[in-house]
Amino acid sequence: MTKLECKQIFAMLSEYLDRELPADLCDTIDAHIASCPPCVEFVKSLEKTVAYCRGAGATAEGPRPLDAGRLEELRTAYLRSVPTVSIKNTPAAS
Amino acid sequence: MIKGTEEVELARRLIAGDSSAFEPFVAIFQNKLFHYSFLTCGQREDAEEVAQETLLKVFESLHTLREPERVRSWIYTIARNLCYMKRRKSIFAPEEEISLDQLMPSFRQDGSERKLEIADWSSLPEAQAMNSELRETLQRAIRSLPDIYRSVLMLRDVEELSTEETAEILSVTTDVVKTRLHRARLAVRQKLDQEFHTAGVA
Repeated sequence: MTKLECKQIFAMLSEYLDRELPADLCDTIDAHIASCPPCVEFVKSLEKTVAYCRGAGATAEGPRPLDAGRLEELRTAYLRSVPTVSIKNTPAAS
Repeated sequence: MIKGTEEVELARRLIAGDSSAFEPFVAIFQNKLFHYSFLTCGQREDAEEVAQETLLKVFESLHTLREPERVRSWIYTIARNLCYMKRRKSIFAPEEEISLDQLMPSFRQDGSERKLEIADWSSLPEAQAMNSELRETLQRAIRSLPDIYRSVLMLRDVEELSTEETAEILSVTTDVVKTRLHRARLAVRQKLDQEFHTAGVA
């Protein structure tokens, strides 16, 4: 396993994980990784990093709820912006 | 369900004048905008304000949103600009570029084997089981990224927007989004790795 191969693959790993690479490149990387334990270990650490980032928004503590005054301010802005709101709860036109 | 479909549907109903979509729309976006702004501007109070100010701007100009499919890129563009105003920092300030070489792991020769010099990632919790310490480490790592990288990682990985939506918000090509995303992920990986090494997870 040459270091050069690892380095070339290193540059494409996000596209590899996001399945954005053409099939032939994907196969090349799969073939390399199958016989290169350091690359396997590295890909796993990158994959875990991405999984952590995806969880960063969902699991963090949320904002305090909007107070009643703020919510009314938003509702008023909405009602002013979209005048047809008087026909509320009409099923969407298909 | 395709990511973002629910938001698009709520926006469509709001624009059509269906006010029953108002509260679910506020609930979804207040939360998303708070998390986005918290990691972008760093202060809890600022993030709550950005989320509320963004929603106000959104409702004030909802009638100008002609294509509800674009609701997410529209909203995050507004939030991004408000975050910058909070940080009183120019969007055009020069940003440090990170090269791939800086992000490559180092190797050591162990007999005939070449081994990676990195922490033992397999011993770390899965994403679903992140504890508060790990979450704080991650937040620090994301915040320390130069903005051109953080902004892409925030939109693509944290908010899970598409490459195309992210490119639209940041006014760059999809290729630039891909390149920066890769470097951003590698940089976060490296920062986490260093922290885990120091903490003895090795």
